[in-house]
This record gives sequence, C-alpha cells and structure tokens, in this order.
Amino acid sequence: MAHFLPRVTALLLVLALGACSSVPSQQPQASDYPEPIFTAKRLLPPEHANVTAVYDPWESMNKRIYNFNYHFDQAIFLPVVRGYKAVVPSFARTGVTNFFNNFRDLVTMFNSVLQLQPTKFVQSTGRVVVNSTIGLLGFVDVATKLEIPRPMENFGQTLGYWGVGQGPFVVIPFLGPSNLRDGLGFLPDLYLQNVVANEFMSNSASTASLILYPIDSRANTPFLYYQNGSAFEYQMVRWMYSTKSKLDAEE
Amino acid sequence: MTRLKSTQVLLAGLCALLFASLAGASAVNVENYGYPITDRFAATVVGTPEGYEAQLPEHIPLKERRIVIFPERVTPDVFFYGHELLYSVALQDDEAPLIFLIAGTGASHNGTKNYDMARAFYQAGFHVIAISSPTYNNFVTAASKTGVVGDAERDAEDIYRVFEMIWAEVKDDIEVTEFNVTGYSLGGFNAAYVSKLDEERQSFDFERVLLINPPVSIYNSMSLLDRMIQNIPGGVDNFDAFVNKLIHAYTTTYKESADAGGDDFLYKVYKALDLKDEELAALIGTSFRISSASLVFTSDVVANYGYIKPKGLPLNRYSDLTIYNEVALRLGFTDYYHEFFFPYYRADYPDMTRDEFISAISLTSIADYLRTTKKITVMHNADDVILEPGEINFFPEVFGDRATIYPYGGHCGNMNYRDNVAHMVATFTQRGTR
Repeated sequence: MAHFLPRVTALLLVLALGACSSVPSQQPQASDYPEPIFTAKRLLPPEHANVTAVYDPWESMNKRIYNFNYHFDQAIFLPVVRGYKAVVPSFARTGVTNFFNNFRDLVTMFNSVLQLQPTKFVQSTGRVVVNSTIGLLGFVDVATKLEIPRPMENFGQTLGYWGVGQGPFVVIPFLGPSNLRDGLGFLPDLYLQNVVANEFMSNSASTASLILYPIDSRANTPFLYYQNGSAFEYQMVRWMYSTKSKLDAEE
Repeated sequence: MTRLKSTQVLLAGLCALLFASLAGASAVNVENYGYPITDRFAATVVGTPEGYEAQLPEHIPLKERRIVIFPERVTPDVFFYGHELLYSVALQDDEAPLIFLIAGTGASHNGTKNYDMARAFYQAGFHVIAISSPTYNNFVTAASKTGVVGDAERDAEDIYRVFEMIWAEVKDDIEVTEFNVTGYSLGGFNAAYVSKLDEERQSFDFERVLLINPPVSIYNSMSLLDRMIQNIPGGVDNFDAFVNKLIHAYTTTYKESADAGGDDFLYKVYKALDLKDEELAALIGTSFRISSASLVFTSDVVANYGYIKPKGLPLNRYSDLTIYNEVALRLGFTDYYHEFFFPYYRADYPDMTRDEFISAISLTSIADYLRTTKKITVMHNADDVILEPGEINFFPEVFGDRATIYPYGGHCGNMNYRDNVAHMVATFTQRGTR
C-alpha cells in the first residue's frame, strides 16, 4: 500500500478540477418557464425545515463525481469484482476480507485510544492479537468465533467525537459518498495501515494488497449507483450518509 | 445503505367484525392460524418473524437482466439510467411451468417480497420472471407508454407488452408447459387486469392467476395511505423530525443487535421501540409518501406535464432536484389523481366525470369478469390496512370459495408465513378444474 495515499490524493485533485471546469455556463432557469401547478411557494410553509436537508455547497461537483463513479463502476470496478468472484473461491475471498478487517480493527484500536474508550480498545486489541496469531495473520477470523465484539471506529468518528462537525457533503472519486470530516479522516487511517503494512509485509505482498483492497471492499458493498429506485436517489443517499455519520460519531 | 432500507410497506383501516361475514370464502379459522402478529399495523411493518417463515432455499439463480421496451424513446437526461427496463429471471433447466411476478407499489423486480416469492416458486419447480411495479421509477421511464401511471387498463397494457417482449427473449432458452401470473398489493390488482387483457390477446392463455392482498379501489386505498401520514406527531410539518427519530431508533437498535437484517430484525426494532398504532401508521404513510413522491416526479418529467417541474424546463443528470423532492413529499397521491392524472387523460373519456373516472379504476369495474373466471384466486387478510371498512367483503362476494381470507396479517405482513407460502404455491401446483 506504499504509494496508495499520494495517488489517491492526486486523483482526487485531478478529478475535482476536471469536474469543475466542465460545468456549463448557461443553465436553463426555472424562472424562464411557466410555473408548475404545485410550487414550493404554494406548498411549503415559510419557516419549513427541509426534510432531506444536508449541507452540500459543492453539489454540482459532487453530482459529477457521483456520475463518474457510476461509469467507473460499470466499466471497470464491477466487472473486476465479478471476475474476482468467478476466479477466487468463496473461502479464499472470506480470508481476504478477514485479512483487511484485521487492519480495520487496528484502526479501531488506534481511534479508541483517541476517543478514550477503554472497552472498545480492549475489544479491538483482543481481536487484532487473536486474529494476527491464531488467525494466521488475520486470514481466519477467530475473534468472531470467540464472540469478541467488533466495534468500528475511524478517525472521522474520532473528530466527530471531539465535536468536529461533518462539514460539507462530498462524493469522493472511486470511494463514494462522504463528508469533508470523514473524507479527511480517512487519510490518517490509511496512513496508519500503510505504516503497519510496510513494517510487516514484503513489497510484493504490499502490492498485492494494494490491488485487492479496493476489490474486496467493493465486493462487500451492495450499493449500486442509480439503482435505489427513487427519482431522488442522490438526495436520499446524501441524507442517509449524513444521518449515519452523525449516529456513528455519537457512539 | 442496506441497513437504512425502509420497510417496503403500504396501507390502512379495518376490522375483525367483518371476518364473521365472510360466508362462502375459504375463511381461515382464527384458532387454526398461527401467524403471530395480530396487530394489523405491526404485521404490515414487521412481516413474518423468524421461526414462522417458510423453509426456502437461501440462494436461487435469480439473474438481473435488461431490455429496451421503446427503442425510439428519448429518455430525459435526468433519468439517463432509465432507458432499459431491469427485470429478473430464475430459469429451470428442464421443461417447467412459468410464473410472472408483479411487484407492489414502488417496489422493484428484485425487492424483498418478489425475491421471497421467486424463491418459493423456483423451489417448487417454476421458471420465474419478476418485474417491477409500473409505479417504480425504472418502469415509468423505460416501459410506461405515457409515463402517467395509475390507470388500470393502460398499466395492464404496459405490463403485457413487457411480458411479451421478455418472453420473446427467453423462449429459445427454456421449455415452458404453461403460463401463470401473480402479484402482491398493487401488483395483485395489476394481475387481474393483465389476466383480462390476456383473454383478448391470447399470448399466454394464463393457466392460473393469484391476487395477493390487492386493493379493491386504487383511489380508496391511496387515500387511506395519504391520510396515514397525518398521524405524524405534530403534523406533516414535523415530517423530518419524525423520520429522524425513527431512523435514529432504527440505527441504534441495529448497532445493539448482533444479527441485523431480515424480518426478524424489524421485529426486534418494533419490540424495542414499542411503537403505538398511530406511529406505525405514520411510518407506513411515510414510506408510501416517499415512494409516491418519486413516482409523481418521474411521471411529471417523462410526460412533461408541469405538475411540480416547470413544463419544458430541461433537467439533466447534474440538476439540483432538492426543491422538487421537498414539494413532492408534501403532496398526496390523491393530489396526483386530481391535478395531473385526470386532466391528462380527460380528453380520452369525454363522457365521464372526474369521480366516475377515478372510481372506475377498481376491481369492482371488472367484477363480472372476476366472478366468472375460475382460474383467478385471491389471498387476502381480513385486517388489511389498505382496505376501507367493508371492502374486504368484495372478495368472498365475487370470488366465492376462490378467495382465501386470513384473519390477520395486515397488508402483506403474512406473505412469508409458512402456511401462506404453502397455499400460494399450491394454488399453482394443485391441478383442479378450471
């Protein structure tokens, strides 16, 4: 995973800039057209709170990245995941998921310290110790069989725990919906995993995991762009992500 | 994302008293019926708890497929992903009967209920072809001729066209002995009209047709559902606060639950929250409102009517839809019928008043056909929340012993209960006189 971080950052910037520059300057305005039968003015009380309101000042760019992610999913990501599922047997895929989950438990361990949460720290440490040893470097999830609970904490949640707000909603290229806090919080978590991986893994193993990590993550995420069945999918996804992020941070 | 997937739900009002009057129908005895949730709203929301479900295979080879129904159609860019209709199939290797499944209001071809039904029928040896409800966003954009759905006959035409085109695609791959059709909720209602259309068209000559928890009158049921949202504490202006509270409770329970997912999880949430009937009704109304907001906006864009979006205003995939979502969430389905649907079709029915036109969209309009057509059967619940008081009597009166009425189950809550699944499958596998 050695070069993952700078590459992701660079791609993010390139895509964000590309998306900005492609915004058409002449958008048709609703005010140039006849009023519809039901308007906001007619229906919404003056002081109403938007039901699905989420702070999203970069919506135009976000929607472009959302659309880019859809095309990337269709053209590359999902076909690769299908190939992965066809070639790699189920037990091996579970092993790979367990291996990366062990790194995620490490992230939880670290963030439990930052949040001063001893129970979660003990649980996640127990998991990492058990799975890294008897669990054959994390490929077997012995800890779950021993019924050690699996708390999930990341740096975004740590920031939230200490009162940092979510900031604007962002859609991250390749990764999907997030917000500024969680998106930036992802970087120290990635860095931590990077450091540990470099310490314990050979170059070739590190490269293999760099390739497998996104494939495994996608294979375990059921979400499909533009397929939730609602005409207002973007609004729904934005609101659900924001709600979930808020609840996660409150834990 | 999946954890927040709301319960697919609909519906409102009705009583056990009626149950006594169901002479003639195969009324299932209260004492003999083991479905555990006797509260109609809770049953509707919660479904069938673990331990009461039918034994079904964990996985079946249900595959998603795509088909273009209107190649010439220019799909509005805001729904650029909706040009092809998505559907799913699970096909047997050998010669077998085929069954079409039609999903309920706002539900997709592979939603939970369709998936459970597909598992049951595939296990019983059927080729299964499942489609979304005509009210589902993808169906409206890809397969509705006008985009303005809700007319029983037009929706049946759309569905029939889809069935014929899908059949043309799969017929070389499979051996079929006979065709059947079923659907739940609005899909059950659709199935009745599709069956009637099939009598003229004869493309399939359906062997059996099963209607599961259909409405009698679309307008009555939609009105009931619209009114349920008024149960939100503090009224519709507190919509956001109410939804946030529910999501919060839902997510909290999710985190505390070791095994999250499935109907049993909802049952735990229900137990943990101790929701009152009004709150459950508000939840059902909210779920319905979210579906109908999506439908109404989709229809408005596809038909370019000027209902909530200015007529002629082009929207693309990047357009901000927030304001349309806000407005659509404030409108009931009945508003759609009066201000959009009826004016849109008015010219086609010059002799009918608004009320006549709207009330014609009902099973009552085709009661003669239903009464004499022995291949059509019904499964319903005496306490279904989408029926007006007394409406349940329509089924025993018209279908006689072809209607099986369960004492409870709310709206589709008992569909996965083992006795119901057994009866559902037996409807198609037991050869009787037709």
